[in-house]
Amino acid sequence: MTTPAIEATGLTRRFGRTTAVEEVGFIVEENSICGLLGRNGAGKTTLMSIISGQDRPTSGSVRVFGEQPFENATVLAAMSFVRDNQRYPEDYKLRHVLEVAPRFHSRWDADLAERLADGFRLPAKPVVKKYSRGQLSSLGIILGLASRAPLTIFDEPYLGLDATARTMFYDALLQDYAEHPRTILLSTHLIDEMEPLLDSVVIVDRGRLVRAESVEELSGAAFTVSGPAGPTADFAVGHRVLREHRIGGLLSLTVEGRLEPAEEARARSAGLDLQPARLQELVAAYGATDTEGSRA
Amino acid sequence: MFDDSRPLFQQIADLLADGIVVGRYPEDTQVPSTTELSGFYRINPATVGKGVNLLVEQGVLHKRRGLGMFVSAGARATLLDQRTGRFHDDYVRPLLREARQLGLSPADIHRLIDTEENE
Repeated sequence: MTTPAIEATGLTRRFGRTTAVEEVGFIVEENSICGLLGRNGAGKTTLMSIISGQDRPTSGSVRVFGEQPFENATVLAAMSFVRDNQRYPEDYKLRHVLEVAPRFHSRWDADLAERLADGFRLPAKPVVKKYSRGQLSSLGIILGLASRAPLTIFDEPYLGLDATARTMFYDALLQDYAEHPRTILLSTHLIDEMEPLLDSVVIVDRGRLVRAESVEELSGAAFTVSGPAGPTADFAVGHRVLREHRIGGLLSLTVEGRLEPAEEARARSAGLDLQPARLQELVAAYGATDTEGSRA
Repeated sequence: MFDDSRPLFQQIADLLADGIVVGRYPEDTQVPSTTELSGFYRINPATVGKGVNLLVEQGVLHKRRGLGMFVSAGARATLLDQRTGRFHDDYVRPLLREARQLGLSPADIHRLIDTEENE
């Protein structure tokens, strides 16, 4: 068995009385693309900070390529973490950033960085701190991809990017990943758009792990049943309802679990509509549950 | 191009199979590489690889070491067989279900097919 790129066990991080992350454990396999999903405030950035060795857990542990990352030069050299609010020195222009980056990343590909900077149309003249939100995101993407770091972490890398630039990011990511396989962990709210890029996902809600599975295992992990309120509610008896949507006499329920063929037939004969839940719907539904995990 | 009803890797397999059935990828020729398909459709290469492997398991594609994936001899016949087998489930049954809801009799359907054929 190979060592996972990331192995988190019982990770907990408290800030004073606030618990940002509680007892979170998951594994990200080496050379895979993993999406970290969940609502704002779910603990995604805290997790990424701990994984990247920029913060320490209150309890629990994280191993990156088998080692504890905090103040560990070997592991830190193998990582690139692009924050959504990455800061740069006051007087830095694009070229300064691209010149200094190779000092932190031994695998840095200057050609790739130049190509991407052209593609994203990043201006050379202004200081980077004057860049727009989208330009800063583009620069972050360049730093992350051109680093070729064995573990590259992106925190919502698409903020402010238009559709063309996001497509460029996905293309560049997949192409470079295919040529230079490595582990990518990225947090995103654009689940529909980015799901096809992912091998696996880690879903968190309110600091706790909800699911950590391959995208394939999660497809079909929930379904939506809808129709007249009475028969719809009857059908869902015995299932865990994640989310409820009711308008007038119509009811739609997002239900956890796989649908057996017999149940499917029962729903159809009752005139109910059944749809597999998309990953985005599943994440939204988990985010709508109350503390005990029953429906909100 | 892709829908939510089935896993993506199956849809990738179908896409390649379609290409073989319509003759875009004749037997003994190479199909695009996993990397190309991944980049073109913007899908994770492991997902694409799984779709390709599905066709390898069915004997539709085979790997030539160092060269890539090729369409096997007899692949088109295999796929046509499969699809003929599924024709009833995929097309005939839904057609009849909808026809019943609309109150169309089998005779009505025969007439519609004849009209369409003669156009």
